This record gives sequence, C-alpha cells and structure tokens, in this order.
Amino acid sequence: MQLIFEKSRAGRIGVSLPELDVPKRDGIISKDNLRDELELPEVDEVTLIRHYIELSRRNFGVDNGFYPLGSCTMKYNPKINEDIAKLEGFVECHPLQPNAQGCLRLMYELENMLCEITGMDAFTLQPAAGAHGELTGLMIIKAYFNEKGEDRKIIITPDSSHGTNPASSTMCGFRNMTLKSNDKGQIDLDELKKIINKDVAAIMLTIPNTLGIFEEHILEITKIMHKNGSLVYMDGANMNALLGVTKPADMGIDIIHLNLHKTFSTPHGGGGPGSGPVGVVKTLERFLPNPRIIFKEGKYNLINNPKSIGKVKSFYGNFGVTVKAYSYIRAVGSDGLRKVAENAVLNANYLKEKLKDVYVLPYNSLCKHEFVLSDEALPNGVTTTDIAKRLIDYGIHPMTIYFPLIVHGAMMIEPTETESKETLDYFIRVMGKIRAEAENKPELLHNAPFSMPVGRLDAVRAARNPDLRYSSN
Amino acid sequence: MDFIPNTNKDREAMLKEIGLKSISELFRDIPDRIILKDKLKIPASMSEVGLFELLKGISKMNKVDFSYFIGAGAYKHFIPSVVKHIVARSEFYTTYTPYQPEMSQGILQAIYEYQTMICNLFGMDVSNASLYDGATALAESCIMASNITKRNEILVSRAIHPDYRQVVKTYCWAHNLKFVEVDYSDGVTSIDDLKLKINKRTATLLLQQPNFFGCVENLRGISDILHRNGSLLNVCVIEPTSLGILKPPGEHSDIVVGEGQSLGNPVSFGGPYLGIMATKHRYLRQLPGRLVGKTTDGNGNIGYILTLQAREQHIRRERASSNICSNEALCALAATVYLSALGKNGLRKLAELCLYKAHYLADRLEEIGCSIVFEQEFYNEFLVKVKDAKTVSKKLLDSGILGGLDIGVYYPELNNCLLFCVTELNTKEEMDRLVEIIRKCN
Repeated sequence: MQLIFEKSRAGRIGVSLPELDVPKRDGIISKDNLRDELELPEVDEVTLIRHYIELSRRNFGVDNGFYPLGSCTMKYNPKINEDIAKLEGFVECHPLQPNAQGCLRLMYELENMLCEITGMDAFTLQPAAGAHGELTGLMIIKAYFNEKGEDRKIIITPDSSHGTNPASSTMCGFRNMTLKSNDKGQIDLDELKKIINKDVAAIMLTIPNTLGIFEEHILEITKIMHKNGSLVYMDGANMNALLGVTKPADMGIDIIHLNLHKTFSTPHGGGGPGSGPVGVVKTLERFLPNPRIIFKEGKYNLINNPKSIGKVKSFYGNFGVTVKAYSYIRAVGSDGLRKVAENAVLNANYLKEKLKDVYVLPYNSLCKHEFVLSDEALPNGVTTTDIAKRLIDYGIHPMTIYFPLIVHGAMMIEPTETESKETLDYFIRVMGKIRAEAENKPELLHNAPFSMPVGRLDAVRAARNPDLRYSSN
Repeated sequence: MDFIPNTNKDREAMLKEIGLKSISELFRDIPDRIILKDKLKIPASMSEVGLFELLKGISKMNKVDFSYFIGAGAYKHFIPSVVKHIVARSEFYTTYTPYQPEMSQGILQAIYEYQTMICNLFGMDVSNASLYDGATALAESCIMASNITKRNEILVSRAIHPDYRQVVKTYCWAHNLKFVEVDYSDGVTSIDDLKLKINKRTATLLLQQPNFFGCVENLRGISDILHRNGSLLNVCVIEPTSLGILKPPGEHSDIVVGEGQSLGNPVSFGGPYLGIMATKHRYLRQLPGRLVGKTTDGNGNIGYILTLQAREQHIRRERASSNICSNEALCALAATVYLSALGKNGLRKLAELCLYKAHYLADRLEEIGCSIVFEQEFYNEFLVKVKDAKTVSKKLLDSGILGGLDIGVYYPELNNCLLFCVTELNTKEEMDRLVEIIRKCN
C-alpha cells in the first residue's frame, strides 16, 4: 500500500483554516530564522480519510477478536468510557487554568479508590505508563534511603521479571541483581536469604508473577526484606487477578504501580497512551511527585511537598486516560471488581487445563490470570513463532511469545474476564488444530500467516539496513 | 455493568470441567491471612445512564467557555474532524504495541509516516515512534547526551518551561547527572553565562525554541560554542506549529525533542500528550523508544516492523537505552493525520495566522501603554508587563478571558509579567475586548 506521501499532489489540502482577520505584517521573522521549505504531504480530505481508514483495516484490536496477549490484559474497552473522556469539560480544560474543580475531584477520587483497592495510603497519577511508574517508584526508594543517609545501590529482580524492571533500576542509578526462580517458578527463599545484604535497597516483584503464579511465600519474602531494612516494590501489571481478593499492602508491599491501561480497561492505543499510577505506604508519602491534590473546606487544591522527588511529567499525568479508569471503576463497582478477578482467573485456568495435554506446560500448578506454555516437544522443527503466526490465520491475535525468558519458547496466554466460554472454546479448538498441523502439515506453520496483507516479515533485513523514513528522492 | 459475558451457569460448567467445586478454590494458593474478608469500600456498580450523568456532572464543574489566551506548554488549536474520526477507529485504539507486524500493518505504516513527518518538520535524520510527553523526552535526551559524550553535566537554560526543568532535574538527580542552570538575558539564553558554565564535563545544553517567554533563540551562535567544546545541543520545541514558519532546529542541534500536543491533540488538563524525539544518523543506536522500519516479506511485498529492538528493555534489560515500553502511539497517529490534513501549505498558513494575530495583540497592548518585556523575535507567545498582574488577571477572568499566565511564581524577577498566547482560534474581536479591559484597569 502506498504511503500518504506518495498520494500527495501539489496544491491539495485536507482542511480549511479561518481567514486572517488582522493586518498582515511583513518582516516579523528575520530571514535567518525563517523556514524556506517544508516537506509535508498535500492531500484532500477524501484521499486522507480513505488512506487512514484503509490502514485501520490492516490492524487488529480487541474489538476485532480474541487478543490473549499475556501480561498485557487485553480486556474489552467499554465504549461509554470513550464518550465520557471526550466530554468538553474534560478535553477543553487547560492544565494551568483556575476553575478546574471537576478534573481535580476526579483525580482525587480515583486516587482514593486505588488506595482502597490496593490498601496503600497514597497514590500519584502522574506517571504516564507502567515503566514510568517503576521509575517513579525507584526514585521514591532512592529518596527514602538518601534521607536515612544510607547509600543502598542494589535492586533485586527475579529472572521472570518484566524487562522494564532492571531497565528502570539502571535509569535510576541502581545496580540490578537477578534472582533465580525455583522449580515452582517462584522466588527461591534460600537463594534470596543468601544474596541479601545491607546494600540492597529493594526487591521488585510482579504479583502474580509473569508465569501467572502467586508467590506462595509472599509474607516470608516481605518479612525478610523488611528485616534487612529494604523495601518491597510490586509491579502491578497483573493486578487484574487480585481485585477485591487480596490487597498488596496486606502482603507487606511498600510501593506499587498499577497499569490503568491493563487492569482498569483503558485502551492501549496501539502502544499508548497508558497511565501508571504509583501507590505508597504512609512512610513514603512525602516523597511522591509534586503537585499533590488535597481536599479542604469543600475545595480541591494542588500543593507542593518539600520532600517530594519533584516532577516526573509535565502537569499532572495522562488525565484523559485516568477519566476512563475512573469511569470503569464506578461502572463495575465494588462487587464487579471482585467478579473481574474471579472470571479472569477462571478463564485462565479453564484454558490451561484444556491445553496442558496438547502443549507442554512447564509449571503445572493453579494459575491466576495467565499461564505459560512451552514449544518443547513440538515436532518437525515447529517453533513458538510458527504457532503464533498460524493463530493469525484463525483470526486470533497471538499470545505474548518468548517471554518470560525462563521458559523455552514461552507462549504466555491471558484471556481476561471479558471473553465468553464460546471464545475460549474456539481458542482451544484452534490450538488443537494447530498442534495437529504441526504434526501433519508443518509447512503451513512455517509459512504462516496466509491471510494478511503481508506475509512473515524479514526482521533481520529491517535491522541491518534501517529504513526509518520515506524519502522522495 | 461489569462487561463479563459468562453467566453463573457458564461458570459452573467451566469449574466442573476442570475439576473444581467453587470459585474460591481458584484462590487457595493465596495465604488465608491476606484474603479479604470484607468487600472493597467502593461505590456499587452503576448503569450506563447513571454513569454518564455522573461524569457529565463532574465535567461541568470545570469552566471551559473562556476566551483562552494562555499556552505555556498546552495550546488550544482547532482539531479537524478527520483527526478525531481516525483516532476513534477502534482498530487503532484497542490494539497493543504492534509486536505482530503482519496483523498490525496499519499502525506500523502510520508510525513510519509519523517518523518521516517529524524528521521533515524538525530537520532531523531519524525520529523514534514517540515518548510520553515533551518534558520526559527532554529528560531522556539528557541521558542520551550523557551516554554519547561520556560526560555527566547537563546545562539547562532558565528560559525553558519551568515544569520541564523540574522534570529534567528529577531525572538528572536519579541518573546521577549534574543539573546546572544557565541564566537568560533580555529574554534569551545568556551567552555570557553559558561561557561561564561550560566545561569539559558538559554533555549538553538544553534549549527551548521558541523559549518559555516566546522568544526565538539564536541556535547557530550557541551551537558553535557547544560543538567546539565537544558538547551537544538538545533543542526542545513545545509549540511545533511554530515550525510552519520558523527554521527547523535540526540544522544546529544534535538531539531535538518536542511536545506534539499542538498537532491534533486536545489540551485535556495536561495529558495524554506526545513526546517527540529525533536525532542524527550517527546517534541512532543511542535513541530511546520504539522505531518502525521498512522491510519485505518472503514474496518481496513491502511491510513495516518494529526494529533495532536490541536497544530496548525487553531484550537488553538493565543495559537498555531506556526503560520505556508504552509510548503515546495514538497521539502520534493524531499528529500524523493532523499534519497530513494541513500539509505543507496548511501548516505554513496556520503558523502565519498565529504569528500575525499574536503580533496584532502585542501591538495593541503596546499602544495602550503596556510594555513588551523582551525585544526579541517571537512566534505566538510574548511577555507583557502590567502594573498589577493580579488585578489585570482578575478583571480579565471576570469577563471570561483567561490569560496571560502570571509568571511571577516561576520567575520572581519577572513580577507582574503576563505570558500571552494567541492561536488561530483567537479572533480580532476577542483581542480588542481584552485590550479594552486592560486599558481600563492598568
């Protein structure tokens, strides 16, 4: 398909701008500062619309079909939330204007609801995504030890953790120490006791972990860490499994980030915008980013805290995303949140039990919201990539693949609570069919997909000679 | 509403098939001590009707029918309907990061187009697929500059947006970089102060173009000083419609970052916005964030794919160029459609509208005895000295006019100075009304 630049014709335009209603004045910008050429496409409105509608047809979202992308919680994004986020009072509100009590109220109430859901004492909505929340949380950890006059340098992350955990640690000036998982896919308590020392600032845990398994020794882990004077950070990417069932604060978690674009149904937008609020226990509240929202004498206000780590984003965070999360939580309510977790976990266990005899399930235990299969023992050189690409031909978005790294050819499957039994059964049938194809018609898998505008793309070529922009020459 | 299709009957059937008796068995791996005994103290669920009324009510607690003359990092431009309709396509907005390229050619091609437009607009070689916002992009650019130069001092112009400087300061502290401010003089970054503070540890200087006061900085002169010292120049454009008329910063800088909100995204109380970042070919591998590249399939068909992922956190973990994962793809899509709709002539015309209107207002305010604080070239924001900023602001607000922004809180030395912003949405009639009010109270 052509690029928009290739559809450009001199003199066409896709918008009509208002006429100038003040006198024109020449020479305002000196020649040195004046732009001479500007290369942008020239297209009319019809061409423009057809181009981007055609592109949208070459994309596949949750609204198009099943999307069991593990650890990403691709649940349905309620349409009402989109309408609400577009209300004039929200989108037209300037971040530096007075009379924004509605925005502040919504943010204040959302913070409080997130506190109640997690058991934490205070939240900030400023981080723009999960990894941004991690960075913010690590900054809080750094500020906490700075204040105590301790120069702790190490962050422990399990070998099953999201890549963002060690990357965020480095960005915040910490050193990462990897902790090997035990044969149950969980934290190895003996190993933890062995490596812990007074230089350890914190451990970053994903609960349930990326295998979908709940750390059965969580209370011992947090106890060991606290005894060492260290903090416990929870990557809340998988919070969908725990809503209304248990609270991270009760486990001994000191800091958590949530992904509103996962657990609280705000859409992922093709990779963003997300929102990664950070919650902390009372002793860390003073370090949260500025400004904070307070409610006093019937009015919401912004205040700055002198002990704060400072700002991590301009203004107050991805407000438009938080509107959708607020509206989601109010829609489903207290009972609904618990039901979300129950159904997410039931759906995952149902798939796991139905698929564990068809594919290898390396960690065979009760799972929470997701589980991980392996490509071990697949015949005819069939790999996880082949399975994933063949799923596309059956109208299913592939699962997360080759992650976590501790499973050979990992296939991480997260169905979420918004899928019906019929959809799950269809997936089970397709996965069975693909397993049979691996046996009988492996070339179908090696060459899939067949149903898309393009076949399997050459990633090596893309990286060897990077072509990252169009050039008309 | 709970958006859960399965009924109790479905659930019972599923439990039975996997050999479980009750839902609570699904949670038996969680220690009993921490299983919640009470319900969450969150209000009960609501109907769609009730929910919409509630949120409409909350949205109406905000007053948004002002005549806006305030920018300072969030700009009110007209958003063409085509932009809104394209970003509302759920084939775009309900997808995740395009990890499966064959199924995601739509967003991948759109991002490739976006990267091209950003390069053209800013005069740079390579652009990433977006970062969180302008301020975090500027902060990421410090880490990138430090990695490139192997130096750890960041010079930051005081004429940069105060919020941006605060974000940079936080990131620098976390990443163990030294944050040093360079003063301004007559509204632009002071060359004298720069010469005083630059040294062999200087990784880069951060500049805003046009700067927070609206003034156009002399990039050429400053870039010479830095490059002679082996340092980089990172330039931040927070109001990118200015690039319809102003020279692109790429020619004289090494890394450019920007805030793309102006390009088809609403002000939305501060987010979601669009972090732009572009650089020279030679720094490509130090660039944080996603990149989309062109390639082919087995039959020679052209396609697009996430590439150079070996820089990224999911591959390199603690040695990644950044921790970024989610970005602002949908806002980047909005910017792509916006720039396509305006095209080269439209963006030029839009920039002229903002420029001429802003100068009309500045001239009129001067006529009534206000002084324009800095005698520099400006685009659509400028600083005006009044006798009493609080009184003027209040009088304007009482008449439904918001702005300019009283910047005394950020710059104590610029007490009683208002930062005005004018876009194509401000009419002559509105501006005349504003001038009349100030004439009466100043």
